[in-house]
Amino acid sequence: MGKIIINGRVCEYTDETNVLEVIRNHGFNVPTLCYRKDLIKDFGACRMCLVEVEGKGLQAACNMPPKDGLVIKTHTEKIRKIRKTILELLIANHDRECTACEKSGNCELQKYALEYDVQPTGKYLTREVKIPIDKSSPAIVRDENKCVLCGACVRACEEYQGLEVLGFANRGSQTIAQPMAGKPIAHTECVNCGQCAAICPVGAITIKSQVEQVWRELHNPNTKVVVQFAPSVRVAIGEMLGLEAGTNLTDKLYTALRYIGFDLVFDTNFSADLTIMEEATEFISRLEKGENLPLFTSCCPAWVRFLELKHPDMLNHLSSCKSPQAMMGSIIKEFVPKYYEGYTSENLVSVSVMPCTAKKAEALREEFKRADGTYDIDYVLTTQELGKMLNTAGLNFKKIVGEKADSPFGKYTGAGTIFGVSGGVAEAAVRTAYELVTGEELKDLVIKPMRGLDRTKTVELDLKGKKLKIKIVNTLKEAEKCIKEIKEGKADYQMLEVMACPGGCINGGGQPISCNEPIIREQRAQGLYDDDEKGQYRKSHENPEIKELYEKHLEYPNSHKAHELLHTTYSNKRKDCYISIGEKEE
Amino acid sequence: MKTLGINIKKEQEKAIEYVKSQGLRVLVCAGTGCLACGANEVIEKFKQLGASVSTMTDKDKITTVPTGCHGFCEQGVLVAIPDLNTTYVKVKVEDVEEIFNSHILNGKPVERLLYEDPATGKKALHTEDINFYAKQTRAALANCGKINPESLEEALSVRAYEALAKVLTENEPDKVIDEIEKSGLRGRGGGGFPTGRKWRSVARYKGGKSYVICNGDEGDPGAFMDRSVMEDDPHKLLEGMAIAAFAIGADEGYIYVRAEYPLAIERLKHAIKDATERNFLGDNIMGTDFSFKIHIKEGAGAFVCGESSALIASIEGERGMPRPKNIHMAEKGLFKRPTLLNNVETFANVPLIILNGSEWFNSMGTETSKGTKTFALTGEVNNNGLIEIPMNTTLREIIFDIGGGIRNGKKFKAVQLGGPSGGCLTEKHLDMPMDYDMLKKEGAMVGSGGLVVMNEDTCIVEVARFFMNFTQHESCGKCTPCREGTKNMLAILNKIVEGKGTMEDLDTLEELAEVVKESSLCGLGKSAPNPVLSTLKYFRDEYIAHIRDKKCPAGVCTALKTYTINPEKCKGCSKCSRNCPVGAIDGVIKSPFKIDQNKCIKCGACMNGCAFNAIELS
Repeated sequence: MGKIIINGRVCEYTDETNVLEVIRNHGFNVPTLCYRKDLIKDFGACRMCLVEVEGKGLQAACNMPPKDGLVIKTHTEKIRKIRKTILELLIANHDRECTACEKSGNCELQKYALEYDVQPTGKYLTREVKIPIDKSSPAIVRDENKCVLCGACVRACEEYQGLEVLGFANRGSQTIAQPMAGKPIAHTECVNCGQCAAICPVGAITIKSQVEQVWRELHNPNTKVVVQFAPSVRVAIGEMLGLEAGTNLTDKLYTALRYIGFDLVFDTNFSADLTIMEEATEFISRLEKGENLPLFTSCCPAWVRFLELKHPDMLNHLSSCKSPQAMMGSIIKEFVPKYYEGYTSENLVSVSVMPCTAKKAEALREEFKRADGTYDIDYVLTTQELGKMLNTAGLNFKKIVGEKADSPFGKYTGAGTIFGVSGGVAEAAVRTAYELVTGEELKDLVIKPMRGLDRTKTVELDLKGKKLKIKIVNTLKEAEKCIKEIKEGKADYQMLEVMACPGGCINGGGQPISCNEPIIREQRAQGLYDDDEKGQYRKSHENPEIKELYEKHLEYPNSHKAHELLHTTYSNKRKDCYISIGEKEE
Repeated sequence: MKTLGINIKKEQEKAIEYVKSQGLRVLVCAGTGCLACGANEVIEKFKQLGASVSTMTDKDKITTVPTGCHGFCEQGVLVAIPDLNTTYVKVKVEDVEEIFNSHILNGKPVERLLYEDPATGKKALHTEDINFYAKQTRAALANCGKINPESLEEALSVRAYEALAKVLTENEPDKVIDEIEKSGLRGRGGGGFPTGRKWRSVARYKGGKSYVICNGDEGDPGAFMDRSVMEDDPHKLLEGMAIAAFAIGADEGYIYVRAEYPLAIERLKHAIKDATERNFLGDNIMGTDFSFKIHIKEGAGAFVCGESSALIASIEGERGMPRPKNIHMAEKGLFKRPTLLNNVETFANVPLIILNGSEWFNSMGTETSKGTKTFALTGEVNNNGLIEIPMNTTLREIIFDIGGGIRNGKKFKAVQLGGPSGGCLTEKHLDMPMDYDMLKKEGAMVGSGGLVVMNEDTCIVEVARFFMNFTQHESCGKCTPCREGTKNMLAILNKIVEGKGTMEDLDTLEELAEVVKESSLCGLGKSAPNPVLSTLKYFRDEYIAHIRDKKCPAGVCTALKTYTINPEKCKGCSKCSRNCPVGAIDGVIKSPFKIDQNKCIKCGACMNGCAFNAIELS
């Protein structure tokens, strides 16, 4: 608590950790490239947020703690000149193919260059674009020629996932941020979470786009293109369409997807419900047998890859359920030709829209390869990519009238929709497990302690005398702590829900860029909880289309047929990655 | 007052007896420089000869002692015989027998191996006749070259651990800090921060775990003061750290030494082991409840790791990159614990201040800069080497008295102080006394003590370019101004020395210098433009000569040299044409030849081969 004087105005502060936040909270702003509110470690590298502090000269606002009585000026002649010079230097050293850059429009360097009226000066050495672009990953593309060395990717990988896949190499002007020993990122411990791309201020790390391929399929008269989209897409895509974060666009998206040429529109929320049926049943069975506990949720492909790479000895804990995307992929390829006329296994193209870059890698898992060599899912678009396509199509979402998804496989419950936020999978599972175990109706559906964007939540439940403890974490750094607990025999919980992205899928690496406004995540989460609230059905086992699916085809959860279609296997994947160098094959 | 478990006076007496028992001591420098000149062979030869003398008593025994650096590295291998008050210079293994037979056994000095004053031509029969030593006041370096650095006994004989025993006996940590504060000692690593005040700020957080770190990552090109202390008198450093630890309440310390100093690392390890065995370090030192352990951390050779926060990051196992200093390391430093970080020489001064009193220390120097300071005197002076002088000594005394003036009778041009962070001073500064604040005001700095003397043949733009090249390559790459700014400053300096610079470039260079200085994250970046700024301040004409006239006044910059053939002298023999590797010279036999300046690569082959001196260089 105290007051500082910013540009002559008295500004009060409370719990802000640095002067920059105080400046921003009072309607002023200074530019930043390396500062990220989400990251804890002080960095102070870009020097864009320098401000003049009376008696202390120039100071970086981002790592200066507020102190009562500070007198600060944010835009003096000297500072403006320094900022402009820094921008000129960065831009001279930047691959300036802006028009062709994935990040154009979202690029913070571009934005500041415009604001500070940076002109080509010719004074500085310009970059020779020669570092090869790393396209090895199915999820992201790394172009070091555009890197401004803000270190956000390095810090995000370390602080969120604890993986430290990226680091700095070399010195002086040769310094670069890159994976260990300059390896292609696909051969590292990278789990494809895409948080590095989400936090990059420029186009140095971007999502590997499949927009062109999908357009081609949509315009191909010989194919039938089927689409599903994930829970958290509906509450985030609006941000790219001029709507407020958290706006639920489920029905309008069904319409819009049909407008741009998709032949059938399904909802991943349906397969989220299906996941609950399978996973809750599996969980109860493990509880009864007392084996492989705690059960690990398996919806998050980054988490799955993390285990396969770093803790293959723990794979027995992982639920054998495929993720909702993969379940839907199986359902589509298996049942669409049976239910819908004109669809054959030859002309059917399956596209999914995900908040997630790791889903692109998941779709390419050997386990999801079909007998004919194709995959269950043919293309994975992220929310960002779909947003671009919708803008290309020039759709006005304010005027679009909502429609229903195609049925069957389009209906969903509130339990399915909250899959998109950390704690949602566990909450949905409990709603079904409670009734399966106790045989009684669960009245109070909202399990408050499971909600909120905290990185760790532990919830104790009483299932009519049967005590249950569930741990919910987001980020793999937290997950690693749980693994340690379990290995040390200190874990007393029976289920562990893990989502790799901070806050869960609503903040996935494929979502619209929100790194400068963390509040957006809360709005997205609220959008999903509201969707749950107003749903006709709120428990997965009440979804009529799910009931029908079991009655007609799958018999019962965890049946042989269900296992064939909806479950998968995992394996030690260390050999994919340099960390296995020197290890003996088992 | 506390009674210690060790009687330091008794230990000292025993040690002095031990040294006496060595008889006549032949001190052969085994510093890195002399070792490279063959000191090991000289030592072996002396030992061999010494052993051949049959002795009746300790008194006529002859003992060869490999010591640390004597400082006068220019003249290595150095052999000092204090009992005969003589120092021999440039001793080769084949000279040893003569010294031994003639001087040691028969009292007749070997004149040809004595130091000759370059100005007077006089031979220096006695050590104090050598100007290089005569004008110095050796305090921190007092024992360097006088004792065997690998012998704790010899260190004890020159009062090692006496100061530590004194503070442990008095048992008043705050009084130690008072004493250091009163002495006026300031950080010897470059910053010049008052040492006592620094200690006090760390002591404020006493109670939990604290650390003492010694910065031995001496990275300035040509500087080797700290290396000398670590190699030659390691116990003094350890003692200084222990006293600091006692004062601030730390029980663990690190010495950060660059891996390029293997001898220093070896000797420090040896000294730590010896001192721990004798209870001068380790648990319950000298029977008190004060414990202090010292670790050695080898740096991987990054210049920036001499920066305090980068050094800490490096010890913690991270990449050596500076961190923002929003929280002072006195509160949260190494492993987020209160940390005291001082440079080697600063710690080496501590036992002296405790033993001799703060008055002794602050009687030397200027108003704001007290005590003595070591310098690595290098460049175009006659006497290169390691020196220690009281603050207040003028540059003229250093360069012309101790340094023996400029080599080969050339003219003094400038002196560079403080390495890549420092600046150049000129003729008009020669009578300026050594003083932290005065030097800083003039654009240079005491720095860690690099002192490079330049003569009229030195191109000042090239000097600035050299240092900029150094800092650019050593920049950690973290903050934009330092990484990108120094890169572009270097590019401009390269253009200028190649004769391609423009006056606009000069403006850009100055603009960038200001931005880098003002906005960089750490001291390395903030001070990187200093060599450019100070040379621009005092030698702007030379920059302009390179740019506007395309001339290097010192005749150093290759690209700006012009070779021409004087048609009056040229006989048209065609030799130069045949010697030219790029075919830049053409002509008709027996009439004057001509050089095509567009093709000429300025290699000088034509000039070297011309029998008629017809080729001229401008």
